[in-house]
This record gives sequence, C-alpha cells and structure tokens, in this order.
Amino acid sequence: MPDLEARRVIELGYGGNERLVMNMGPQHPSAHGVFRMILTLEGETIAALDSVIGYLHRCHEKLGETLTYAQYPSIASKTDYVAAMTSELTYVMAAERIGKIEVPKRAQYLRVLVAELQRIASHCLWLGTWCLDMGGALGGGATVFLYCFRERELVLDLFEALTGARLLYGFHQVGGTRYDLPEGWAQRCRDTVALIDRRLDEYEDMLESNTPFLIRSQGVGVVSRELAQEVGIAGPLLRGSGVDFDIRRDDPYSSYGDFDFKIPVETGGDCYARYRVRMQEFRESIRIVRQVLDGLPEGPISSKPALKSVGQVRIPKGETYARVEGPRGEVGCYLIADGGPKPYRMKWRGASFSNLAILPHIVPGHKVADVVAIMGSVDPVFGEVDR
Amino acid sequence: MTPDRAISLIQERFGLQAAGEGRSLTVEQLPVERWEEFFGFAKDTLGCRFFSFLTAVDWKEQGLEVVCRVENLDAGVGILAKCRLGADPRCPTLTRLYRGADWMERECYDMFGVRFDGHPDLRRILLAQDWEGHPLRKDYAVDTPHAPYR
Amino acid sequence: MRDVIAAFILLNAVVLIVTYLTYVERKFAARMQSRIGPYRVGRPHGWLQPIADAIKLLIKEDIVPALADRPVYNLAPIVFLIPSLLIFATIPFAPGLGLADLNIGILFFLAVSSLEIVGLFMGGWGSNNKYALLSAMRAVNQIISYEVPFVLTALIPVLLAGSLQLSAIVESQRGLWFVAYPVIGQLAFIAFIIATIASENRVPFDILEAESELVAGFRVEYSGMKFALIQLAEYTHMFGVSCLGALLFLGGWLGPGSAHPVVGAAWFLLKALFIFLLVTWVRWSFVRIRVDQILGLSWKVLLPATLILLMATGFWVAWSGGRVA
Repeated sequence: MPDLEARRVIELGYGGNERLVMNMGPQHPSAHGVFRMILTLEGETIAALDSVIGYLHRCHEKLGETLTYAQYPSIASKTDYVAAMTSELTYVMAAERIGKIEVPKRAQYLRVLVAELQRIASHCLWLGTWCLDMGGALGGGATVFLYCFRERELVLDLFEALTGARLLYGFHQVGGTRYDLPEGWAQRCRDTVALIDRRLDEYEDMLESNTPFLIRSQGVGVVSRELAQEVGIAGPLLRGSGVDFDIRRDDPYSSYGDFDFKIPVETGGDCYARYRVRMQEFRESIRIVRQVLDGLPEGPISSKPALKSVGQVRIPKGETYARVEGPRGEVGCYLIADGGPKPYRMKWRGASFSNLAILPHIVPGHKVADVVAIMGSVDPVFGEVDR
Repeated sequence: MTPDRAISLIQERFGLQAAGEGRSLTVEQLPVERWEEFFGFAKDTLGCRFFSFLTAVDWKEQGLEVVCRVENLDAGVGILAKCRLGADPRCPTLTRLYRGADWMERECYDMFGVRFDGHPDLRRILLAQDWEGHPLRKDYAVDTPHAPYR
Repeated sequence: MRDVIAAFILLNAVVLIVTYLTYVERKFAARMQSRIGPYRVGRPHGWLQPIADAIKLLIKEDIVPALADRPVYNLAPIVFLIPSLLIFATIPFAPGLGLADLNIGILFFLAVSSLEIVGLFMGGWGSNNKYALLSAMRAVNQIISYEVPFVLTALIPVLLAGSLQLSAIVESQRGLWFVAYPVIGQLAFIAFIIATIASENRVPFDILEAESELVAGFRVEYSGMKFALIQLAEYTHMFGVSCLGALLFLGGWLGPGSAHPVVGAAWFLLKALFIFLLVTWVRWSFVRIRVDQILGLSWKVLLPATLILLMATGFWVAWSGGRVA
C-alpha cells in the first residue's frame, strides 16, 4: 500500500516497521453488539483489518425451516431487533407473494406507518450511538445520545400502545396485520412526529456547526459508487455514495406508490454524506407518517382469519425474493415454499451483513479513531449480521 | 437495459430462457463451468453491478444448488441465477467480479460446505472455525448433540 | 511545624473540593443532557454521592494484571497524583492565604504540572496492555505539544504584570483584570482555555482516554483505589489549572470585600469554578477529534498564534509600560 506509507510518514512521521496487532472486541464499548476486529496497526494507522462475526448466530435460516408461516414472523423480528417491524414485514411479504394473498388496503397503510415509525426510531438510535462512538460516553457524544434516546422512547411508547411490546412486536402476519390502531393513537402519533420534527432541527444545529464533528466525519471512510455496488451495501450507505436507489420507490411494495416522498442522495460517500442522507430520511419518514394518517382507509386489517393454530397458514409451492427498504437498507427474504405449513428454504439477506462487509475495504489507511466513526456510520445491528 | 432486452441477450449468449417476474429475472440450470462467465456477462453487458446476495439450497438427493442475485440499479433489472452442483460441491468464486461475494461465499461454505474455487480466504464466518458439519444441509440433524458448548 | 499543619489542611481542603467538583460536573452535565444526575445517595440531590463513590472504590478488589510490570504499574498512580497536589503549594487563595508565595510561583507551577506525563506514561507502559500503550503514546504526543502553547499563554499575564510571582500578578490586576485588556486579553484567555482543555485531556482532546476506541486508555487495567487515585489526580490537576486561570486572567481573589481573606478566597474559588464549568461545558458539547488533527491544531495554529500574541504583548508593554489608556 504505497499511499498508506506516504500518509504515515507525512502525517505522523512514524518510520518504524514494527506492527502491532490489536484486538477490538467482542467486548468493546463501541462494538455495537458483539463484533471483533483484529487490527494491524503501524503506529496509529491501520494497515489491515480482519473482522470476526458470528457471536450472535442463531441460524435463523434453519429456524425458518422448522417453524410455520404463522410462527416465524415474530421470530423474524429478532434478526434486526432495532428495526423489528421491517424484518417481520419482509418475511410475511415473501409468503404472501408466493401464496398470491391479497392484503387489505388498511393493512398495507398500517404496514407503511409502522415501517416509517420504525425507521425514525432506528435512525434515532443510529445518530445517538454514532455520536457516542465519536465523542465518547464522557463527552459531547453522550449528550446527543441521550437526546436521541429521549425521542426514541416516544416512538417506542407508540409501539407499546399499538402492540403491547416495545422492541419485538409480532405485528405482522400473513395476510395483514395483527392489531388495529387503538383509540386516540393517531393523534398521539401526530404529536410525537411533530415533536421529533422540531427536535431534528436542534440536532442539526448542534452538529452541523460543530467543527470537531465535521472534521471527524467529512472525508472519513469514503466509499466510491463502484465499490458500494460491488460489495452490495444498501440503504443510506448506498445513497450516501451517490447511487439513487430506494426500493420504496423503485420496486414499490405495500402501497408505497400512494405517498409522495423524496429519496435523499449525497455524492460524498463519506461518513458525513451518510449522516446527511439519514437526517433527510428522518424528515421524509415523518412526511410519510403524516400522509398515512391523513389517508388511512377504513376496512379490515387482514384478509386471513385470526390465528388459531400454528399450522393454519399454508402456502403453495413456489419461490420468490421479497425485499423491503429497512432503515439499514435492503432487507431481503428468499423463500422457497413446498406446499406445507413450513418453508422449504429461507434465506435472509441481512442489510447489516452486506453493509458490514464494506469495512475491510475502507478501513485500512485510517487512524484507530476513524474505525469507530466508520463503524458507527455503517450502523450495523449484530442480530442481523449474524442472524 | 430493459428486462426484455436482458432476456434476449441471455438467450443469445447462453441459450437459456430467463423467466421474468416483473423486473426480476430468474435464470435456472446454469452450467457450473459458465457460472463465472455468466456473472462477468451480467456485470459488463447487462450492467448488473450491484451484488445482492449469494446462497445455496439443498435439494436433498438432487444435490446442492447455488443461487446468486445481482442487480442493475439504474435500470432496475435484477437477475437471480441458479446453478446445480454435482456430488462434490465445488463452484467457481465470484470474488474477482464482486467484492461483496467474499463474505457471502464464506457464509455459503460455512452453512452448506460449498467450496468456492479461487476464493482468497475461504473459512467459516458465522460458526466457530472447528465446527463440524454444515447446518443448513437437510441431512444435518438438529437434534444430534454436537459439541458447541466447551 | 506551622507549615506542616498548613500543608495538611490545604491538602485535605483540596481533596475535598476536588471530590465535590466531580459532583458539580455530574450535575452540570446532567442539566445539559436533560437528566437529573446523582439523586439517591443523600437528600437533597444526592449530595453524599462523591463520598459513596470514594468508599466504593476503596473497598473494591485491587487487580493487577499477571503480565504487568509491577513496580511501574503500582507506582504510576502515585507519581501521577503527587505533581497534581504539589501545584497547590504555590497558589495564593487570598492575600496571605497560601502555602508558599514563591517569587517564581508561575514557573514552579508550570514545571511541576507538566510532570504528570511521567506518571501517565508509567501507567500506560506498566499495564502491559495495547490499549494502554497506544494511549500512553498519544499522551506523550499530545501533552508535549500542548505544554508549549500553554506556557506561552501563561507568559502573557507575566509580561503584563512584570512579575513571576502569582500574588503580584493578581495585585497588578487591581485596575483591570487581564482578561479585560483590549484584544490581547481576550485572545490570550481563549488560547489559555484551549491549551487547558488539551493539556487536561478533556473532550474534544481526550484522545488518551478515548473510551470508544481505547476503552479507557492508560487506566484501562487499573481498578479500586489505584483507579480512584488516577481519577483524583486528573480532577486535582484540572482544578489546579482552573485556579491558575483565575489567577492569571480573572483577577484571583479581587472582588468586592476582598480585603477579608475569607471573602477573597470565596471570590477566587468562584472564578476557578467558572473556568472549570467553562471547560466542562465544552466537554459535553463536542465530539473528540483525532490524534493527527490535535497535533496539527497545536503546531500549526495554536503555537504560532500564541507566539505572535506573546510578541505583540511584549512590544505593547515595552511601548506603553503595560498601562491601559
């Protein structure tokens, strides 16, 4: 790596050949779960990175083969536990697509509603933890972290009122949704998103005029357009690298075509670009939530009767690949059904798994401090990486 | 690039009929020798630069099948290609074409035992390095007490 | 004998103040982050929390890593703490209320306070831990780089007052505090605050602690009382430098009714607290910057700026005799 050599000598004057192998994780304050990085350092500069994952592996794909279409959706939420709504949705969408099951309009709208609220909650968590990575629990990062958690709690309160759970919901089922909105929920939701909308301005004020924040995020962890596609990173990372692609618009599902929203794209490819994309997505999600609440049709919430037994849902023979634009990108479910109550094969395309695979390509050449900044901007959830 | 054009190009070059479901095409029964060539063609000619996922399916006595999906994001054409492997599950690697295939092929090796020829670093990724067996194969008994707890 | 008793009282007073400074910081940070902070231990508002923390750390098990360099590892907290306490020897809290008002007081202060790096590096090296080692490397880089601008900014009041004695520097601010001197005073104060934050390893310059990268930096292997000593040393040092700032720029004990030593000392502590809170405010609003950026800021910006400022002050003093208007 010639330019690494040059950078090292110019910036720090480390001329020595001795390399230090340092282990980061699996127990580390900014491991975002259980992730182990084996860093080879030359001074402070990273020469190589080996990542070790799998600490949270539960073999969801085998679980999917042993659980019925009625049972698995609530387990699916345990893959990406920070955005449980989207992983559930992916699975039931795949099953519905093979079985050609119609979903009532109201259920489709409710799905969009919870998916977008989930995106807000998930991005809150991302912003907080990313700043925590850069600023530390004993510094300004903790301030942003606590602010973001304050807002995330409000969204979780909404989910609690809707489903009775705060993290893993079991909201979706094949054919529709399991719960309808309770009395007064819509107004509460409007108030919450209005509050978050105002608070977002505060965050932007606080961060974007903050020089240390800017110099830590701009020009760090640049992912080129080409590399982004080859590795298959998706969602805000892909759009931060200048690829204008969003499944919600380019392959619409669940009535997304009814709503008016913009897809933010930044061309920088660095941590700051990813930050900008997500901040704009916050606002677009809030817009979608408002549109859903305005246009929510009356009607049934499921085309299937309420679940009585685990083997109740049967899907005919067939296969499909269903995907959803989750907060972290393309969450996909490749499902092969053999006509029984259980799938023959199920493959999860975890967005975090593909996103995390970018790390070995962009980290070498950066400083130790940048590793955590890049990690945070990738926003992996290890339940989804390890599945 | 439209789905129809992609179908005719694939037909022309590989003699295979791609089934279309919307803008998503499925290519079945790709010969394993042409696996890498097909994705080189998909990347360069069809513009499918986005690597979505790679996995395998165990069809019991009919052997393993490798499945890979790539996509042309600008035109919105996705191609899902499948390829049956013989008794000895070996398959050429795609890491030279798509850098994202690295981890996906490692996972596929981990779960199914498919050996990817030419992969730079083929070792287990999700399971421990000394794990026995490949859990997603249908003959892997879930109930057999292997020794995960040491 | 009298000196020994005075030193004993001073030491204990400083340790007590510093203990409660952690409480002030936690409450202040909690306010900024819209939470409450310590509340349970002692009513009202958890005022016994620092004492409870100290007792907890005292009775914790002391763990020494198997491969640590034991003498170095064990000595490091003490070596780290002693300079931090020693700097208080020369600080005058009020007229006549100080241990030793040396005629080279500021020189003594600067010399002793920069000794903390020795203890810090001993801790980082002796722990035999890679995080600690990286942190110690960063510490040497950073503290040496920032000691220079720190000394240069501290010299500006010396030039204005024409003395190295801290009490004389305060007395010469009787007309106007140095921070209020047109242009020079404010710039010097800002440079002083930046250099203080950096030499105290506070966010945004806390790369040696850097808990999101290096877990806890050089103190990662310390536990129990040794950890408490390191923590105490850091806060003591911070408080000492805040006191220096109050003396050099904010007129020390000067204020209404400051002829009485108690009132004077109260003014002095208030001003030191102000500087401490200023640094804390910065700490809880910024993210950490990177090691190369920190060094770049020191050598490319702060050092030339303070040098020019010092030269300007020198010319101005030579020309006008140091009087304002």
